[in-house]
Parts: sequence; structure tokens; C-alpha cells
Amino acid sequence: MVKTVFSKGKIVAKTGNEVMAEAMRQIAPDVVAAYPITPATEIVQIFSQFVADGKVPTEFVAVESEHSAMSATIAASVAGARAMTGTSSQGLAYMWEMLYIAAGLRLPIVMAEVNRALSAPINIHGDQSDTMGARDAGWIQIYSENSQEAYDNMIQAVRIAEASKLPTMVTTDGFIISHCMEVAEVYPDADVKEFVGEYKPERALLDYKRPFTLGAIDLQDFYFEHRFQLAQAMRDSKKIILDVASDFKKKFGREYSFYEKYQMDDAEVAIVTIGSAAGTTKVVIDELRKKGIKAGLIKIRVYRPFPAEEIAKDLSKVKAFAVLDRADSCSGTFAPVYLDVVAALYANCASAPKSENYVYGLGGREISMEHIEEVYMKLDAIAKGIKKASTQLEYINVRIK
Amino acid sequence: MSAKMIEVRWHGRGGQGAKTAALLFAQALLTTGKYIQAFPEYGPERMGAPVQSFNRVSDTPITIHCGITEPQFVVILDPSLLDAVDVTEGVGTQGKVIVNTSFSAEEMAKKLGIAKEQVFVVNASKISTETIGKDIPNTPMLGALVKVIGNLDINGVLDDTKSKLEVKFRSKPEVIEGNLTSIKRAYDEVKNS
Repeated sequence: MVKTVFSKGKIVAKTGNEVMAEAMRQIAPDVVAAYPITPATEIVQIFSQFVADGKVPTEFVAVESEHSAMSATIAASVAGARAMTGTSSQGLAYMWEMLYIAAGLRLPIVMAEVNRALSAPINIHGDQSDTMGARDAGWIQIYSENSQEAYDNMIQAVRIAEASKLPTMVTTDGFIISHCMEVAEVYPDADVKEFVGEYKPERALLDYKRPFTLGAIDLQDFYFEHRFQLAQAMRDSKKIILDVASDFKKKFGREYSFYEKYQMDDAEVAIVTIGSAAGTTKVVIDELRKKGIKAGLIKIRVYRPFPAEEIAKDLSKVKAFAVLDRADSCSGTFAPVYLDVVAALYANCASAPKSENYVYGLGGREISMEHIEEVYMKLDAIAKGIKKASTQLEYINVRIK
Repeated sequence: MSAKMIEVRWHGRGGQGAKTAALLFAQALLTTGKYIQAFPEYGPERMGAPVQSFNRVSDTPITIHCGITEPQFVVILDPSLLDAVDVTEGVGTQGKVIVNTSFSAEEMAKKLGIAKEQVFVVNASKISTETIGKDIPNTPMLGALVKVIGNLDINGVLDDTKSKLEVKFRSKPEVIEGNLTSIKRAYDEVKNS
């Protein structure tokens, strides 16, 4: 029997997009400006229906492009409104310059983002190239394994963004989660409302009694200090993220941190990954454990800020690990998550385990239990000294080698 | 994958409601206390093109998010798909296939190239025409699937489908009654002969 974790919770069957739209309705931001794009269209569509039906008092701005969506969201936030948007892939790419402006102006915008491949070639399916590309934009990035996490992350994101004064994006894997109906627990409107609280901006342009300048030119004299403050805010947001998670657990019962550890206590081989593939990995781990292979998983939830010291500490205990990236940097070296993980280990640990980096699932390419099992078997052989770890980026389930 | 998990693949043509059937099936089983997943296969979306959708059903939480390649149950909404799509792919010697057809299970088994014990037939198009007034085979096939899987609660499925349809067809009570009758009839009429 499916049971609720929160005493007043309600079990529903909803897709990732449906729960994200539901969270937005409950958060009831002052302004949502958005433009539809597959596979995030439903979020905007369902939310705009809520607005049309009078179920949420939000001012919905139907803009003509994603660049305008982010511009309007920035303007609303600057004016003092709680502002949100949603997009995916090319839409996020089209927002690019405005993403940096949202972060630089320290605006607590929350974005529902559905991970999808970038063109060309054109592809509508799930991979994390879009948000991985935005990893240095100064946005907090929170990834979700399933619908439940997408819903819970959206609710937490509002408080994280507002306390850290950093824009925050919450993502799901395109189609795999955005269009998969599964079991989720939703909370009563009043409880969500109480949790997110009222937004009281420190400064607002519409507060004409306290005028201030925003977006002024900032040259050699102060630009560097302001950018330092942005980077420092990202570092400081780690505590805020944990505090909000702690409050969330007290209120709704579900536990969140920077990442989830699955069977890591005695793990000898581990996979580090992000998103829906982590769920499949858990099933593989259960099977491998029956065969005596001590497999574990670190599923990164908060990728920006990157929890470097924490991950280094946990990973340093294993004999071999692999990072599975659902994006390729095309950098000539490794993929994004691996680079962060190995830098964390190098900076924090005297010696590090053997490691490998795999890219998987680009453009929605299938990642099966067998694929994941193969990675663990290789890691097991590396841990036992039978095989050597690859020194180059490896690819899973691609036909061209 | 847990031994107790049930995996289902639906075959239909764009517009026939294969996606809706998978969603309705999942929602209905959730109300009977099961963990569920329902997801369509997305490609170029156009009327009449072969489409697939999928379900997972389990007594324990479902964390797996890869595709379904070896379904225990396959539901075929449109018999014309048999010549267009490899509908028995991954079915093996144990999987069960439910076909909307006027032919017998023997005839269908021969056509599909699998054992007769694996094949179930029901004339869902006829049932829906008689009960709903249109050839909409997806709702009756829900009833057939519940019957063939065996250990599921048909009354729970009917109750939930009723409440879902009541929201969707507030002004057309006859549509609700027709759909429920079609599910019940297919549940009773699906056969292995």
C-alpha cells in the first residue's frame, strides 16, 4: 500500500511536468513569464490554465521568446515580485545572456527546467547538455531523480533562492521524468504556502521611497568585487540549502541534502550520477549486492554549488568509481561532473581511488540496467587490480567508437 | 527488476488512446494501493502512426527509469499493427499478448508465431461500438488487461475510471456509463480460445 510521509499529504499519480506546475500553483508567485518548448511545454500550459481558471493569482506573461521570458522575469524580480519561469534546451540556450544578468543582479528567480538535448542535430529527448552548459552562469542547480523530488525541489528552491539571493533552477530529465506518470505525494496548499512564506525583498525598484541603481556600468574599480560576491554567495548558499532541507524534513518528512548516498557505507565501487539514471542504478546495486559486489551510488542533487569537500570525503573511501555524465563538454578531455569530482578529490584527499568517466544517454539514448552493470563489473575488476582504469572519456551505448 | 514487478507494453495507432489507456491503467491501480509508472514512447506524433506506451506496476516503490524491453503483457489496440510492428518483441515464451480482434486465440497465435497459451483475444472494437457508440478500443482493453494479469482489483479500476471520467465528461453521463460497461464487458469476454 502506498502511504504518505506527511500526515496531511495526498498520494497522486502525476508526471514530472504536472507536479512542477502543481508546485508553482501552490507557491503562487506574483509573476510567471514563460514560452513553451518541448518537453517543458506542459508546465507552462498547465500553469497558464490554473491562472485562466482563477486557481492562482499570478500575473502570467505570455512572451514571444525565451529571451523575453527571462527578461520579463528579471524585470518582475527587480520590481520586487516573486517571479518564476520554465523552459528547456534551446529555450534555455536562448535565455543565455539573461541568465548571467539574473545571477549578476542577484535575483531570486526560480526556474523549472526540463533537461533536453541541444541542437544540432535537432532532438527533443532528455539529456543534461542544456543545464550543464549553464553551470557557470551563477545559478543554483538542483536536479531531480523523479516526480517526487521535482515537486519537493521546487518548493525548497523558492526559499533557497530568496535566502541566498541567487537564481535557482530545478530540473527533471526530459520525457523520462517530465512525461512519466508515477506516484508522488503532494502537500496541502496551506502547508506549502506556510513553508515558502512571504517574499520580502530587501530592495525593490517599485519601492520608490527608497530608490537605488541597478545594472549600472561597473568597470575595473568594482566589477571584480561584485563578481567575487556572486561567487561567495554561491559558496555561502551551501549552508542555506542544508538549512532549508532541514526545515523541509521537519515540516514534510522527506530528507534531502546535496546528494543522496545509496549503499555507500561499505561500498568498494561506486557510480556518481545525476537524475533519473540514479533510480535505475539503485536497482542494479540491489542485484549486485546479492552477488557479493559492494556497489554504491552517489546521486548528485545540488550540482551548483558543487559539494566538493563532502563528495571527496565520501568517494575517498571506495576503491574505484565512475562518473556517468549525461552531457559531453566536447572539451577534448572529460565531461562536466567528472571534472568537478576529480578536482574535489585532488584538492581534498592525499590519495584518491581509481576512476573512470562515461558519457551516456545523449539525445535520450537508452541507458539500461545491463549498461550500468557493465560499468560496475569493470570497476570491480579495477578495484581487484585485474583491469586498468581508462585514462580517456568512455561512452556507453554509442555505435561509433 | 523485482520479480513481482509487472511490465506492460501497449501498441496502438496515434489517436487511438494507447497513451491514455496506460495513464488510466496506472491511475486506477494506484487507487488499489499499487506503485505505478505510465510513460509513452515519444516520436513524431501523427494520427494513425504506430505508437507505444508502457506501464510498470509493483507492490514496492519503483525507482527504475529505463525502457521496457521484455514486457510480461502486451496489449494490441489495433490488429492492423500486426503486419506493421514487431508486437511480440521481447515477449519470449512466457509473455502474454492481448489482441483487439474478432479472430480466435488459435488464429492469432498462428499469426503472431507464439504459443496459443500466450494469446488472449477480445473484440474491443465491437464492444466499444456497442457501448460507447464509437470504435474506441482503449477503455475496454483496460478491462481485458486487468483480467489477464489476474490478481488485480477490477472494481477498484472501475471506481477510479468512473471518477476520472466524471471529471472529464460532466455533461455527458452516457459516455461514462458506456465506458464503464465496455471495461466490464471486455473483462468478462476476453478469452484464450
